[in-house]
Amino acid sequence: MQLTGDRFTSTSALVGNDLATLPEFPAEIRAPQGTLAGVSAFQVHISDHDIHTPGDISDVLVAMNPAALKSQLNRLKGGGTIILNSDAFDERNLEKCGYEIDPRSDGTLDDFTVHEIAMTSLTVTATADLDVKKRDAERSKNFFALGVISWMYTRPLEPTMEWVEAKFASKPAVVAANVAALKAGHAYGETTEMFANQYVVNAAPAKPGTYTNITGNTATAWGMIAAGELSGLPVFLGSYPITPASDILHELSRHKNFGVRTFQAEDEIAGAGAALGAAFGGALAYTTTSGPGVALKGETIGLALSMELPLVIIDVQRGGPSTGLPTKTEASDLMMAMYGRHGESPMPVVAASTPSDCFFAAIEASRLALKYRTPVMLLTDGYLATGAEPWRLPEVSDLPDIGVSFTTEANSTDLEGNPVFLPFLRDQDTLSRPWAIPGTPGLEHRLGGLEKADQTGDVSYDPNNHELMTQLREAKINGIANDIPPAEIDGTGGADVLLVGWGSTLGSITSAVQSMREEGLSVDQLHLTHIHPFPSNLGDVLTKYTRILVPELNRGQLVKLLRAEYLVDATPLSKVQGLPFTGQEIISATKALLEVTQ
Amino acid sequence: MTNDSESNVTLLDPTKRGHWTSDQDVRWCPGCGDYGILAAMQFMHAELAKDPATEIKTEDTVFISGIGCAARFPYYMDTYGMHTIHGRSPAIATGLAIARPDLNIWVVGGDGDMLSIGGNHLIHALRRNVNLTILLFNNQIYGLTKGQYSPTSEVGKVTKSTPSGSIDPPFNPISLAVGARATFVARTHDLDRKHMIDVFQQANAHRGASLVEIYQNCNVFNDGAFDAITKRANRAAMMIDLVDGEPVRFGADNEKGVVINNGRAEVVEVDDVGVDSLLVHRADADPSVSFALAELANDRQSPTAFGVFRAVESPEYTDAVEAQVADAQSDGAGNLSDLLTSGATWTV
Repeated sequence: MQLTGDRFTSTSALVGNDLATLPEFPAEIRAPQGTLAGVSAFQVHISDHDIHTPGDISDVLVAMNPAALKSQLNRLKGGGTIILNSDAFDERNLEKCGYEIDPRSDGTLDDFTVHEIAMTSLTVTATADLDVKKRDAERSKNFFALGVISWMYTRPLEPTMEWVEAKFASKPAVVAANVAALKAGHAYGETTEMFANQYVVNAAPAKPGTYTNITGNTATAWGMIAAGELSGLPVFLGSYPITPASDILHELSRHKNFGVRTFQAEDEIAGAGAALGAAFGGALAYTTTSGPGVALKGETIGLALSMELPLVIIDVQRGGPSTGLPTKTEASDLMMAMYGRHGESPMPVVAASTPSDCFFAAIEASRLALKYRTPVMLLTDGYLATGAEPWRLPEVSDLPDIGVSFTTEANSTDLEGNPVFLPFLRDQDTLSRPWAIPGTPGLEHRLGGLEKADQTGDVSYDPNNHELMTQLREAKINGIANDIPPAEIDGTGGADVLLVGWGSTLGSITSAVQSMREEGLSVDQLHLTHIHPFPSNLGDVLTKYTRILVPELNRGQLVKLLRAEYLVDATPLSKVQGLPFTGQEIISATKALLEVTQ
Repeated sequence: MTNDSESNVTLLDPTKRGHWTSDQDVRWCPGCGDYGILAAMQFMHAELAKDPATEIKTEDTVFISGIGCAARFPYYMDTYGMHTIHGRSPAIATGLAIARPDLNIWVVGGDGDMLSIGGNHLIHALRRNVNLTILLFNNQIYGLTKGQYSPTSEVGKVTKSTPSGSIDPPFNPISLAVGARATFVARTHDLDRKHMIDVFQQANAHRGASLVEIYQNCNVFNDGAFDAITKRANRAAMMIDLVDGEPVRFGADNEKGVVINNGRAEVVEVDDVGVDSLLVHRADADPSVSFALAELANDRQSPTAFGVFRAVESPEYTDAVEAQVADAQSDGAGNLSDLLTSGATWTV
């Protein structure tokens, strides 16, 4: 079903709709079909105008079996349309998901317009003349459903047919069956009188440019490649497979033509360690993971911080703690990104806000890592990683130059006037130390995790030196506040309430804010990309408001940082259901804060 | 990296030990076996530099270590170096090797670093055959944490953490490396500089991952652990010198030898079996033979083999990485604009 959803999404993107998606699938590879746990769902929101979320509730639900119907019905609009595969509504399937009575006959679906289609048998009939086994033919029923829904929403079939031909090039029988099913579904929609309406969703007015449809993980991988090109450094990724981050490794490993080296390590620790080793050698080094992996990489991040080498850690957050909800989204690693290390170990934290923003966030995280010789945490999440949106492609020439130079010559002299290299002699402006890589004659030096003497980098246990170095490392990171854009309010700058968000909640918050403004409420919005350090004007901005609401897909982590840093009375809005906020949830909480009667 | 002007001439001459010696004070306990290993390493580099063909340079040499007494090693070599995290040095070195296949990378660690906390990384670096020369200083004890038993300590070891004696059987590092299909495996000891230099050179010349176990004395927490074998008076009877292509013989009068019997290496009197029955050492033999030879050392009272157990040619990891990159670039390097438009696109 994920594949079917992807195809509908891609075609909608090609016809110019704005869109947002919410793929939802079980953590198990072959979860038992027909059970509630086994439901693989794909929610897609298409529009002829600008949209920001996959939508709170759906207009149409395609249910391939009773379990799908049962698990998704509460997300269908009253009066909405249900298209169900009647072949799957047998006693066994009903029982599997706990329907004692067939929901088609007990009034459960009375409020909806129901279309029953025998999709499995129609697919088998449509492929009867082809050289495919019945069992294989049945597998094409999702393409039949895609054909039906493509007719209903006037989507062209050609892009999907081309895609099927390319994807299954080595299996002509599969191509034939899928294409036959797709066409049959479309023809079914066209020839039966079942559907009163066919919908035309025109292209959304969009800025001129070239667009592509992109998921967050792909955008992140492309951002890493772009950062390599923009810095002139070879990209190195040390990684260990983990949901939902693995697709970054997959995507990057396909692009060795950019000189990218990907290393699938023996574990999370080795992934980070190898990246740090590559950084010592002068590579633009990354390690990608999700929450449990960040926990394992903590010691290496501490070493990178102590050695002051560039390293970007990408955390595609998921529901935790522990294995938690591996395929569901959550934004509960913020505190770990901020403080989840031993010792005094501040490092920059950057958060992406939309699938396409992952591209720019990856470049920004890389810029900071390289310029300040520091590990940087880039936070995305499962919703961004697997969700898709149309992306107006940037001009490569508009992307920032993030190049840095390696040190190639001695930077000081000893008492006798001989040239010497001091690996911890800092730049006056950035407080960054010189980056001299192996192979550079005369600059041989040793980096370690033991505390280093200021300037020389020699091992030092001197109490005052440790305090100085701790403060220097902190000051270096704090100084980044002057090297990032100031916090910018969307709104009047003095509304009754300010909604502050970070990460993937941007779409939900933006939708909610727009609705509330249309209602006449006075609402401002602020979305943070840089969480550590915060933009230098953030305190001034926040203290203008008497009411601040901070919606987060965690139990209130950013809100604690804001309260601690600025002593502002910010109110949390928490959700930890593995799902993004609906607009309504944010609207209700905002109104409650405003004490507006709903 | 500050240079001491009075000895500047020595420091600038790569054929002198001083050229390879950093300005840092060495902080091992007096009498530690590590001093001998460090000296051998510095002399070995000075020796190699005498051959202009080697083009050996301090700037192209990197020492990477984890945590432990042995792991302080990089600070004392005037090369590039990283003193990293307990157990992780093989992983960190692997990343550097992939990013910089031009460098000559040494990895240094003790038995705790390499076999306990870092056992996973060690076996994976070996099986991948990354071009690293890995030195395992085996003193059969935790020194830096002041005397707990290690994964190479003998059963029954009484230490601070095992007052009733340790109960877990130890690793044999050579057996472990052979089991991980390492392509170069050798053993030497801290009392024989010449042997160390010879083994280090061979290990470093090997293209691929090399593991060298060094019997190293911790004179504070496990003094004399190897005396029964490596003390001068005991060497003839207890040390078996492996020479490629030669029958495996030892003893004051070469009166003892090794045969393989039912897959097991056994010490025999040469006169009892005849020279022709002895195992002829081949460093490229089946790994089961290397394993059998390694197993001779499973207690500290038996004759123990030294030298190169195993040296076989096998594709090196970073060469394969580079080949894939070169292949991907055979039609030209990637172009960012092309990448961005590589999916389905539409224009507004």
